[in-house]
Amino acid sequence: MDYLTLLWLVPLVGMGVVLLAPKSFSRLISLAATGVTLILSLLIWNAFDSSVAGHQLGVDAEWIPQFNIRYLVGVDGLSLALILLTAVIAIIGVVASWNIGAETHKEGTEKAYFAMYLLLVSGMFGFFVALDLILFYLFFELTLLPMYFLIGVWGGPRREYAAIKFFLYTLFGSVFMLVAILALYFQSGAAGARTFSIPELAAMDLPVQVVNWLWFGFYLGFAIKVPVFPFHTWLPDAHVEAPTPISVILAGVLLKMGTYGLVRVNVQVLGSAGESLWTFLAVMGVVNILYGSFCAMAQRDLKKLVAYSSVGHMGFVLLAVAARTPEGINGAIFQMVSHGLLSGMLFLVVGVIYVRAHHRYIVYPENEAELEMYHIDQSKAGRLGFGGLATSMPVYTGVMTIAFFGSLGLPGMSGFIGEALSLMGAWRVYPTLTVLAAVGILVGAAYFLWTIQRMFLGKTNPEWAGLPDINARELIALVPLAALVIALGVMPSLATDLSKASVYGLEVVQDMLAKFANL
Amino acid sequence: MTPLDNLSSLQHYIPDAALASFAVLIVIVDLFARGRGKTAVGVVSIIALAGAGALTLWMPHTGERLFYGMARQDGLAQTFKLIIVGCAAITLLVSLRTQEVAERLRGEFFALMLFATYGMFLMVSASNLLTAYLGVELASISSYILAGFLANQSRSSEAAFKYVIYGSVASGVMLFGVSLLYGMAGTTDIALMGERLAGAHPLALTIAVVFLFAGVGYKIASVPFHMWSPDVYEGSPLPVTAFLSVASKAAGFGLTLRIFRDGLGAEALLASVDWPLFLALLSAVTMTVGNLAAMGQKNVKRLLAYSSIAHGGYLLMGIAALGSGDSSAPTAAILFYLAVYLFMNLGAFFVVMHLAEPSRLGSEEMPAYRGLIRRSPALAIVMSVFLFSLIGLPPFAGFWGKLYLFKSVVDASLVEGGVNGHNFVWLVLLAMANSAISLYYYFAVVKAMLLDRGEEETPVKARPMFAFILLILFLPTLLFGFFTNVDDFRVDEAPEASASILDE
Repeated sequence: MDYLTLLWLVPLVGMGVVLLAPKSFSRLISLAATGVTLILSLLIWNAFDSSVAGHQLGVDAEWIPQFNIRYLVGVDGLSLALILLTAVIAIIGVVASWNIGAETHKEGTEKAYFAMYLLLVSGMFGFFVALDLILFYLFFELTLLPMYFLIGVWGGPRREYAAIKFFLYTLFGSVFMLVAILALYFQSGAAGARTFSIPELAAMDLPVQVVNWLWFGFYLGFAIKVPVFPFHTWLPDAHVEAPTPISVILAGVLLKMGTYGLVRVNVQVLGSAGESLWTFLAVMGVVNILYGSFCAMAQRDLKKLVAYSSVGHMGFVLLAVAARTPEGINGAIFQMVSHGLLSGMLFLVVGVIYVRAHHRYIVYPENEAELEMYHIDQSKAGRLGFGGLATSMPVYTGVMTIAFFGSLGLPGMSGFIGEALSLMGAWRVYPTLTVLAAVGILVGAAYFLWTIQRMFLGKTNPEWAGLPDINARELIALVPLAALVIALGVMPSLATDLSKASVYGLEVVQDMLAKFANL
Repeated sequence: MTPLDNLSSLQHYIPDAALASFAVLIVIVDLFARGRGKTAVGVVSIIALAGAGALTLWMPHTGERLFYGMARQDGLAQTFKLIIVGCAAITLLVSLRTQEVAERLRGEFFALMLFATYGMFLMVSASNLLTAYLGVELASISSYILAGFLANQSRSSEAAFKYVIYGSVASGVMLFGVSLLYGMAGTTDIALMGERLAGAHPLALTIAVVFLFAGVGYKIASVPFHMWSPDVYEGSPLPVTAFLSVASKAAGFGLTLRIFRDGLGAEALLASVDWPLFLALLSAVTMTVGNLAAMGQKNVKRLLAYSSIAHGGYLLMGIAALGSGDSSAPTAAILFYLAVYLFMNLGAFFVVMHLAEPSRLGSEEMPAYRGLIRRSPALAIVMSVFLFSLIGLPPFAGFWGKLYLFKSVVDASLVEGGVNGHNFVWLVLLAMANSAISLYYYFAVVKAMLLDRGEEETPVKARPMFAFILLILFLPTLLFGFFTNVDDFRVDEAPEASASILDE
């Protein structure tokens, strides 16, 4: 069987094995399944020819011939980096879930947890390899159910609210996407010659007014997933309630499904949409950057801060995609990978402190209203808030610093490259917006540094002076991510080389280049 | 095709005739049956239904016009009959040992089910408004009694009473509509009527069509004729509720399709009565009202009743999309949806029914469902899958049903001059938004079963026979979309109008 089918089939089979095998084997089976997918993705990387623009290693089989719905999968420069990212995050998520039963006080539920986890992994891989719109939609939706249960069963105190909110928001977005898919299919030719195939649709010239409507329909579907302001409110709730590994998956991969969808459909297929729509996307990107960053600065809950920082960082991707320049699209893909790794680190780091202290408040909540807002028991008020953790947890502080500095865009780490490439790509098209976006980097640096100062430096809160340092299992999850963050920061060509040919092969990118050549 | 006379019609009418004869036979046999014999009567009824189903499947349905053009044995009738007879057979299978119906009354119960099924057969094969009315009445009157079968429960009596009142008013209005149409067209033959109505007065025609729709609208529980359904569904014995929500609805849609596809689909007619828009608006209101009302329900049975109103709304979209254009795609989508709906809705109702028995949860209220996953993992998961499918989440069967239905509406709207000049993409968007809304209340049940912790922890066991029936419904709900698709449900186009002997 081919690599790409195996990629989503192995986790699915793994899920079946988890359900059949005794409970104590669940995590080992999951580790094995995600391990196999990691090897598969490396094999795909090895077999991938980065000088080819179109998709490769593909399978194209009939599925529902009457409507020309095909089982069409393939990998190209736009998706390969994200497949590799998914493989890495998936296995790290299993490592981070090792004691999930005990950590969430749900002993004995490991079997269900890992079954749902593997179903989620299967959906993510399938989404990134699908090149038929119906298949694409199926896998997009397939991630919702497991995510609902992973948050709803193993989450924090308000888990049910957060889970249903996540589900409703995403489902509502996909409403518009499905109708856009059906309309796109109708526009793709005369009856009997219509297609759902993305490569075929990309090669077509569709009427402009239709493209604009379809563009907006797909935008709504993906914007909720990214999430783009004002659809972002599900994200902080979902992150705050989700258990650590699920937050890692959510920020690391699921959010990228939104931006990847924008690149795959809005750029590749509907690239001829009107200029005003692209400007709109760029503006939304900048709004995300500024709004997310300022919101992050205002948070007292460390996990919420990280969640809002995600909103901000995804803004760079949106701005870069909107620019449609080669640097922009490359930068967008790079930023997706970089943010996937970094946000994975950030949430793991938050998880480490939460498991030890059972709270995540950077500083003391100050008044009663605030206690209520964060659902804090009045009696615990004095015990919350950190300070001077660096003395008791030096290794942890070191790892956290890497994650924070990577995220705030320190040169030499992947965050810097991603943001720099994105801004470089956007500069030629939207200079004013790019300047505003750069302000966001400043705000980002401010809140990350301020958090380090408040949590790790300064006066120690005696309540938390004796916390044990980070343990080996947590390091096993964090170190590979840190290594990748630094490797990509020093050698960005590792990722950009993969996507270059495909990015230049995009019709709209060529159009943009031609436009600038004429200036 | 020329209409056949009574004698030569009979050979094409074997399945329906067999069903009717068995219904009468069971009434007689029941007089002599005692104790375990009542179960035997049930088994015979199931065999009768299975036989009628097999005969329907096996007989060629090539559009023969029977009894001087009163009924039509075509693909449309065949598919609908299979859905109806399937629903009836499965319902009888679960009610063989139901505690809800007293043992000494079970014989009548089975006979009435067969009569109702035969009435529905008449409805979906009618090619004349008189046969259609006959079918509606036979199905309705049997259903009234079935709804009131728990005579010592006030809930059930109230249900039957409401059903009778609403039903008789609706069928009276329908009959008035038929008489208006007869006055204008000079015929009650559905296909011929459409041809002759072309020059009719628009206002009179609109009134007649609206009145005619009242009769079928009540059968499919379309707003504003839906008021009876939550009370009837809640009050009736659960097997009856399940039967009404699927078979009765399917028969209603069969007849609606007959009337609007075969009779009112002519282009000239659409110029004077804009029924696609009328049905689209009704569909929009029906699905929205059904879903919004379901949101507040705490009784799972009642929740499913409102949800079935919403599903009627989705299906009505397909009828609105017929217009004067290509009717085969929307028709196939409706049939596919109903087939899927048969499995998922029956499944959900049966789980509720099984859990409501005193030895299990003894309740249909949402709080009783809390923590079901600990008490019966299998039932909780199976019920969840039925609900996921009802929402339309991929990859379950309900998703494919919705996909094909929505696709047919989008296609019909975007095609040049389709659906009488209206673009129904807004309706599809609304339907999808409604699916998102429906997620909320279906998930309230899922949440209670899987996420919440209940007070009781004692295991709940399903009867083996029941588990088997659930499996029959569960597997298609899971896999239907992968093994078949809407094209397998394509039936012949609307027939050409030709005079029946009665009109000449």
